[in-house]
Amino acid sequence: MADGLELREVAIAKGGQPLVRLDCVIAPGDVLTVMGPSGVGKSTLLAYVTGTLPPAFTATGRVLLDGEDITDAPPHQRRAGILFQDDLLFPHLSVGANLAFGLRKGGSRADRKARVDEALEQVNLGGFADRDPATLSGGQRARVSLMRVLLSEPGALLLDEAFSRLDTVLRAQVRELVFQRAREMRLPVLMVTHDADDAAAAAGVVVTFGAD
Amino acid sequence: MDEIAFPGRARRSDMRRRFLPVLPALTLVVMLGPVIAGLYGTVLPAFGHLPAAGLSGPTLDPWRALFDWPGIGRAVALSVTVGMGATVTALTLVMLLTAGWSGTRAFKALERLLSPLLSVPHAAAAFGLAFLIAPSGWIARATSPWLTGWDRPPDLLIVQDGWGLSMMAGLIIKEVPFLLLMTLAALGQSDASRAALVSQSLGYGRVTGWLKAVFPRVYRQIRLPVYVTLAYAMSVVDVALILGPNTPAPLSVQIVRWMSDPEIAARLVGAAGALLQLGLVVAALLVWWMGERVVARLGCLWVESGARGRLDRPVAAVGLGGGALSAAAVLLGLAVLTVWSFAAYWGFPDVLPDGLTFANWERHLRGVVAAATDTVLIASPVVAVAVVLTIGCLEAEYRHGLTLSQRGMWLLYLPLLIPQVAFLPGFQIFLLNMGADTGHLPVMVAHLVFVLPYVFLSLADPFRAWDARVGTVAAALGASPNRVLWGVRLPMLLRPVLTAMAVGIAVSVGQYLPTLLIGGGRVATLTTEAVALSSGGDRRAIGVFGLIQTAAALVPFALALAIPAIVWRNRKGLRHG
Repeated sequence: MADGLELREVAIAKGGQPLVRLDCVIAPGDVLTVMGPSGVGKSTLLAYVTGTLPPAFTATGRVLLDGEDITDAPPHQRRAGILFQDDLLFPHLSVGANLAFGLRKGGSRADRKARVDEALEQVNLGGFADRDPATLSGGQRARVSLMRVLLSEPGALLLDEAFSRLDTVLRAQVRELVFQRAREMRLPVLMVTHDADDAAAAAGVVVTFGAD
Repeated sequence: MDEIAFPGRARRSDMRRRFLPVLPALTLVVMLGPVIAGLYGTVLPAFGHLPAAGLSGPTLDPWRALFDWPGIGRAVALSVTVGMGATVTALTLVMLLTAGWSGTRAFKALERLLSPLLSVPHAAAAFGLAFLIAPSGWIARATSPWLTGWDRPPDLLIVQDGWGLSMMAGLIIKEVPFLLLMTLAALGQSDASRAALVSQSLGYGRVTGWLKAVFPRVYRQIRLPVYVTLAYAMSVVDVALILGPNTPAPLSVQIVRWMSDPEIAARLVGAAGALLQLGLVVAALLVWWMGERVVARLGCLWVESGARGRLDRPVAAVGLGGGALSAAAVLLGLAVLTVWSFAAYWGFPDVLPDGLTFANWERHLRGVVAAATDTVLIASPVVAVAVVLTIGCLEAEYRHGLTLSQRGMWLLYLPLLIPQVAFLPGFQIFLLNMGADTGHLPVMVAHLVFVLPYVFLSLADPFRAWDARVGTVAAALGASPNRVLWGVRLPMLLRPVLTAMAVGIAVSVGQYLPTLLIGGGRVATLTTEAVALSSGGDRRAIGVFGLIQTAAALVPFALALAIPAIVWRNRKGLRHG
């Protein structure tokens, strides 16, 4: 049983028109970058992995996470965490509640709160638990968003243009933080981007779509 | 590459899977069942077949009796002229108003008045208008005797005039806000502001440019609501009772009279009349549909002519004037209802009563409380069921891709397009044949038919506009579909959900005919009580009931604004959502 994220002969089509094909294994701690102009179906690939492919698309191939076939599993049982270009923090929940949302069930209240506080401390946001996410800066929100995914203990991390809304300086910082955390937690990372800097920073295999 | 349909979405095997996909079908049954049963229950008696009364057909006697009724010609003509007149006028006003003023400060001001104007029940608006324009109304008082020379109310038939003009006016002032709301929604979806800008940069006047470049796309979107307006205006009962002519009455009112007649034979005539009313509406819709084609052809010629529009200013002025006048009529109407409800002695031509008193309120308090109780008792479960079914349908659509097609939209509008007076009498007969009693439960079933489409139409857009990526993120964090719905989606959509509930309550509160016919006289809501007062002419009582009726529809809208503002007071991200 191979650890990591495996896309076995995945092919996605829309209305009979083939969009993307990918056959790869991403080892724990590695990053696979998928590049290409917008509209070639990069995000569709991630939707296939999260189990939220719109009905207009058809797909073949299997998705395996740590050797387990998750192709037919419902999205919430796939352990595939995802970050989009917007932080998508739940606007009705406080920063702390956003983090607790992803935290696995179990543990006492105090215990859960402690884990949330600790996660915030790790990204220099100690004491932010009661804040309204809408009052945070873009960089702060990106960090909260990252910690929310990590607290849910995913088996893989998907990045859908995750850094494209941040300005250049912030972008490098957040990107570095994400990759560093993913390596530490030995997460396979599948990143979709149109930005060459992202690909270079990932220092992994790069697959380019729509280039032929 | 051999492809199989991707099964990930379809194979989610939680319990909901079996329950949720059934909801759209159930919703259609709840919404259309009474309509179909009602039409069935109308057709048979219209041909003399009524087993419950020992009559078996088929016979054409009811039709002969219908066409022998001396008022039939006038009644039919009134239905057509009032319906067409009100719809054409309201639509024209809204289009000119939007063409000439959208984006301006004056337009924004009218937009803000929209929700309150919409929620005022038809009956209350009609009473208010009557109290304004009657010979002893506020307008006559304000201009007498210094302008008119009247010392006593003139002997003029203004309200309930034989041409149905005041009835038409009463419908226009309520349909303008409805069509304006629909137009605003359509504007957002049709890239209107940029098209208007482009046509202006090509040298077109504001109104001409809008009519040529934007109107066609907007009209496509508001077509069904326009049809609803036409069908409604042709067959309305409560507004006709208050503002419509008496001798003869419009067809819809006469049908209700026949249906309330203890003579069984009269009911057969009523059923025939109901079918005639349905035929009239269908014919009018067909004529309208053909008219659309004619207008489209003429419009194309007009566009090709390249005329830049020289009459823009006066035309825009008419639009704004008409819109403002119609809003003012509703608001001043409410004001005059308020004054009457507190009025002590109020002689003509005084603009205000001699004194204000709570006596009217005290006298009617018990009646108001009883009617308000019935109103709430019916509206609450109806709206609760409607909201649950609506959310269920929309969630089934989200989870299983069961999208409502264009044909589905027609089904949604069907209960609003078929005149109430065409199928409710039949539904009443159907219930009688089934041995079902009249009373609260059947009334609720009947209300649901009309509440459901409006709740659905109100909630569908915001529900679908919700960013599905938020759902993906939540699911990727391990949240089940139910947790995503209850823990994320609905809290984020609190305001639209509450607004949809308020819409539903306003619709239920305003229902006259279903309450009257299906309730069999045993259910008395604020609306039936208020309309029943119209024949007596006790203006103080009408003021009291009209105001409370308006409040019953208006307060939920205020709560739908206030509750999210309080609950999410510390959540900036939801303040404007």
